[in-house]
Amino acid sequence: MTPASARDLQKLGYECCIETGAGEKAGFSDAAYEEAGVEIIKTAASLWKAADIIAKVRQPSEAELKRLTNDKTLITFFNPGGNEEGLELAKSKGATVVAMEMVPRISRAQKMDALSSMANIAGYRAVIEAGNNFGRFFTGQITAAGKVPPAKVLVVGAGVAGLAAIGTSTSLGAVTYAFDVRPEVAEQVESMGAEFVYLDFEEEQQDGAATGGYASVSSPEFREAQLAKFRELAPEVDIVITTALIPNREAPELWTEDMVAAMKPGSVIVDLAAEKGGNCKLTVADERIVTENGVIIIGYTDFPSRMAAQSSTLYATNIRHMMTDLTPEKDGQVVHNMEDDVIRGATVTHAGEITFPPPPPKVQAIAAQKKPEPAKELTAEEKRAAEVAAFKQQTKTQVTLLTVGGLLLLAVGLVAPASFMQHFIVFVLSVFIGFQVIWNVSHSLHTPLMAVTNAISSIIILGALMQIGSGSFLVILLAALSVFMAGINIFGGFLVTRRMLAMFQKS
Amino acid sequence: MDFGFTTAAYVVAAVLFILSLGGLSGQESAKRAVWYGIVGMALAVFATLIGPGSGLWLLSLLLIAGGGIIGWYVANKVEMTEMPQLVAAMHSLVGLAAVFVGFNAHFTMNWVARAQAQAEPIHGTFAELIAHKTGVELNILAVELFLGIFIGAVTFTGSVIAYGKLAGKVSSKAEKLPGGHMLNAGAAGLSLICLIWYVNSGGFFPLFLMTLAALFIGYHLIMGIGGADMPVVVSMLNSYSGWAAAAIGFSLGNDLLIVVGALVGSSGAILSYIMCKAMNRSFVSVILGGFGGTAGPAMEVEGEQVAIDADGVAAALDEADSVIIIPGYGMAVAQAQSNVAELTRRLRAKGKEVRFAIHPVAGRLPGHMNVLLAEAKVPYDIVMEMDEINEDFPETDIAIVIGSNDIVNPAAQEDPNSPIAGMPVLECWKAKQVFVSKRGQGTGYSGIENPLFYKENTRMFYGDAKQSLGTLLNLID
Repeated sequence: MTPASARDLQKLGYECCIETGAGEKAGFSDAAYEEAGVEIIKTAASLWKAADIIAKVRQPSEAELKRLTNDKTLITFFNPGGNEEGLELAKSKGATVVAMEMVPRISRAQKMDALSSMANIAGYRAVIEAGNNFGRFFTGQITAAGKVPPAKVLVVGAGVAGLAAIGTSTSLGAVTYAFDVRPEVAEQVESMGAEFVYLDFEEEQQDGAATGGYASVSSPEFREAQLAKFRELAPEVDIVITTALIPNREAPELWTEDMVAAMKPGSVIVDLAAEKGGNCKLTVADERIVTENGVIIIGYTDFPSRMAAQSSTLYATNIRHMMTDLTPEKDGQVVHNMEDDVIRGATVTHAGEITFPPPPPKVQAIAAQKKPEPAKELTAEEKRAAEVAAFKQQTKTQVTLLTVGGLLLLAVGLVAPASFMQHFIVFVLSVFIGFQVIWNVSHSLHTPLMAVTNAISSIIILGALMQIGSGSFLVILLAALSVFMAGINIFGGFLVTRRMLAMFQKS
Repeated sequence: MDFGFTTAAYVVAAVLFILSLGGLSGQESAKRAVWYGIVGMALAVFATLIGPGSGLWLLSLLLIAGGGIIGWYVANKVEMTEMPQLVAAMHSLVGLAAVFVGFNAHFTMNWVARAQAQAEPIHGTFAELIAHKTGVELNILAVELFLGIFIGAVTFTGSVIAYGKLAGKVSSKAEKLPGGHMLNAGAAGLSLICLIWYVNSGGFFPLFLMTLAALFIGYHLIMGIGGADMPVVVSMLNSYSGWAAAAIGFSLGNDLLIVVGALVGSSGAILSYIMCKAMNRSFVSVILGGFGGTAGPAMEVEGEQVAIDADGVAAALDEADSVIIIPGYGMAVAQAQSNVAELTRRLRAKGKEVRFAIHPVAGRLPGHMNVLLAEAKVPYDIVMEMDEINEDFPETDIAIVIGSNDIVNPAAQEDPNSPIAGMPVLECWKAKQVFVSKRGQGTGYSGIENPLFYKENTRMFYGDAKQSLGTLLNLID
C-alpha cells in the first residue's frame, strides 16, 4: 500500500492501517502515510489482529496464517500449487485467502495482475543489472578514441518480463535478439524493436491460447533445434537474459554449460528463472557468480525488491483494483462473489473450503488462433487423373459444340440456297477468327480496342456507297446520310485510337 | 467494272482488319495495328468506289471528307475522360447508318421488282444483284435486311441513351417504365410478327412498325441498366453495331461487311463477357438491368469513418516504402489523373515503389483507367491488373483509393447478402493503411454501403480528388 492507494482505498469505504516502517525501503515514510489518513500500528502481530483484510507480498508464514480467523481476508502471493500445508491451515481457520498469482489472465483482470507487474519490473531490472556488470556500452559509438561495437543482447522467452527486457535493451541501444517457443509472439517482439530468432523447424505449435497465454512443454526435437540455434548464437552475444518459465514446473534448461563456455569473457547472463532452478544450470539462486572463462551469471530472485518504490506502487495499485472488484458497492463491505471469474480464480480458500485449483475461466484469455484449412495436397496420380478428366471433359464439350454447330449448319444448308451458304461460311469463319484474336487483347487496351472496332464497324459505308447511285431520291438521300455518318466514324474512331495509343509509354 | 480487283482488295482489307485487332495484344504493336486498320479501311472504300460503287463519286468523296473533318475535330477535342461518351455516340452513328442502308435495300428491292414487272432496264450493282435472285433468296434477303434494321435501330437508341447517361445528360439510375421487361418482350414479339408479315407482304409498313419497336427496345433496355453496369452496356452496343453490319453485309451480299461485322460483333461480345465476369454477374442479369434483389438484409456496418487531412497523408506517404493507387471513375470525374501522375512521379523520385491497381470494371468503359493514366504519362509497366496485384496488398504500406468504391468493397467477400457478393474486388484493406479520397460520406454509384470506409486502417481524405491531391502535392517535394 502506498499513500496514494490508501486514499483510493478510503474512497471505497475502508479504513487503512500499516505496520511501522513498512514503506521505508520503498521511500514512503510513516509521516506520509499518516498524512494520507493511515493508522500506523506498532507491530505486525497487532496489525493482523486489527485488520479485517490483510494485504501482503510474500507467501505468509505458518505463524502468520495461525493469526487468521474466519472473518478475515488475506490478499497475498500464496503459491497455492506448492503450499498445501498453508492451504490446509487457512482452511482450518475458515479464512478467505486470495492468491495474487492466481488472478486469471483475462483482459478485465489485467489491472490486478501482479505477476505481470512484477515481471515487468524484473525484465527491466535484469537489463540494468546486466549493464551494471557488463564492461562496455550498450549502444555502438564511433568516437575520437575508436569505434565501440554495440552490445548484443539475447532475450530468451518473450513473456511480460522478456518483452520488458527487450524494450529496455533496445532503448539503451543494444542490438537485441529474442526467442520464444510461441511463434505468434514474433510480431510483438518485432514491434519492440528486437529481431525474432526463427528456428528452421516445422512443428505444430500448441496454440498459446489453449494454455492461457503461457508457454507449454515442447517436444524433444523442437528442444534440440532450439539448443542448436542457441549454440550458434552463444559466441556472438554479450548479454543473455533468460525468462523461460512454464507454470508449475522446473524451469527448462535452455542455456547449457557448453554455451556458457563458448561465450566471450565479460559476457553477462541474467537468469530470471533462478527461483525455479534456472534456465542455465550454472545459475545459483540469489547470487552473482563468475565462471572460469569470465562469464558473469546473475541469479537474483528479488528483482522487484531491488526496485522497491516501483514495485510497491504497482503492487499497491493491483491490490487496490482487487479491492475495487471485491467492493462493488463502494461501502467498505467485502462481497466475495464466487461467480465472478476473476475473484473465483484468485481465491484459494473460502468459507472453510479449499477452492484451488479453480475451474477454467469462462472467458478465453486469448482468442484461439484460427488455423487456415490446409489445401488438400493432391498426389501426383490424383493430379494426373484430374488433368485427364478435365481434358476429357473439355474434349467432350468441344466435340458436342462442334457436332451441334455442324448439324445446325447442315440444317441451314439443306434449306438455304447456295449463294447464302457462301456468305454464311464467311460469317462463321469470321466470328471464329474474332474470338481467337480478341482473347489476346490486353486488358489495358480495351478502350482502344473499342475505338478501333467502332471505327472499322463503319465499314457499313460500303453498303451505302453501293446504293448511293441507284434508284430514287429517297435512296440517295438515305445513302448519302449513311456515308456522311460513317465518314465521321471512320476518321473519329481511328484518330482517337491513335491519340490514345500514343499516350501509352514505358517508363 | 473490275470486280476481280475489288474482291482482291476486300481480301487484303479483311486480313488487315484482323491484324489490326490482333495487334492490340501489346502496347507497342498496337501503334502499328491502327495503321493496318486505316490502310484496310482506305483500301476497302477505294475498291468499292471504283468497283461496285454506283456513281456519284464526287458526292461520296465530299460526304466522306465532310464527315472526316467532323470526326477529326471531335477526336482531337475530346477529353480522355469523355471517351465513354464518345464511343457510345459513335456507336449510335453506326446503328443509324445500318438502319438507313437497310431501308435502302428494301426500297431497291421493291423498285427492282416493279422494274422487272414492267421490263424496264435495271441500273446499279446492287439492283442487278437483286434482279438475279430467286424467290427463296429474296425471302432470305428480306429476313436479313429486317434483322439489320432491327439490330441497327436497337443500337441507335441504345447508344444515344448510353451517351446521355455517360455524359450525365440522362439520369444514370436504372429506370424502367411501368411494365418493365414485359414492354421489351412485347416490342420484341411485335417485331417478330412484323417479320412474318413483312416476308409475306413485302410492304414498307411492317418494316416501319418494327423499326419503331426496335427503337423503343433500345431506349428502354438501356434506360433500365444503371451506373456500374455501363462498361458492359458500351461493349454490348459495340457488339450490336458489329452484328448490324454483318446482317447488312448478308443482305447486300458483301463479304467484307460480313467479315468486319462478325469481327466487331465477337469482339464486343467477348468484352461484355470479360466485364460481366469481373463483376461476377451473368450477362442476362446485366441486360435485365439494375442489381438483382438481395438475399437478405445487408450486414450492419459498424464503426465510423475517420477523416484525415493532407498533412497526415503526406506524413504517412513520406514514411511508406510501397504504395498502390486504386483509381476509379471518381478520378475521371474530378480530372485528377494529372495530379495522380505527378504524385506518382514525386514518390518514385524518392525511391518508393508506386503501382496502380486497375479493376476490370473501373470507370465507365473497359480499360478506361488505363487510357486516363496513359494520358497523364504514367508508365504502363507500373499499371497492374487486379489478378497481378491483389496478392501484394498485405506487403503494401499504403493503398490510396481515388474515386473508386464498389471495386474495393470488402462486402463482396464478407457479406453474403450484399448485392455485389462474390464479385472479385481489389483487397486494398489488407494494406497496412488505406487512404480514401472521396467527395463526401455518401455511398457509391451503386448505392451500396462500403465497410472499407469504416475499417480501422482506413482514413478518409475528403474533398474533390483534384484539389485534395493538389494540396497533397504541395506538401511532398
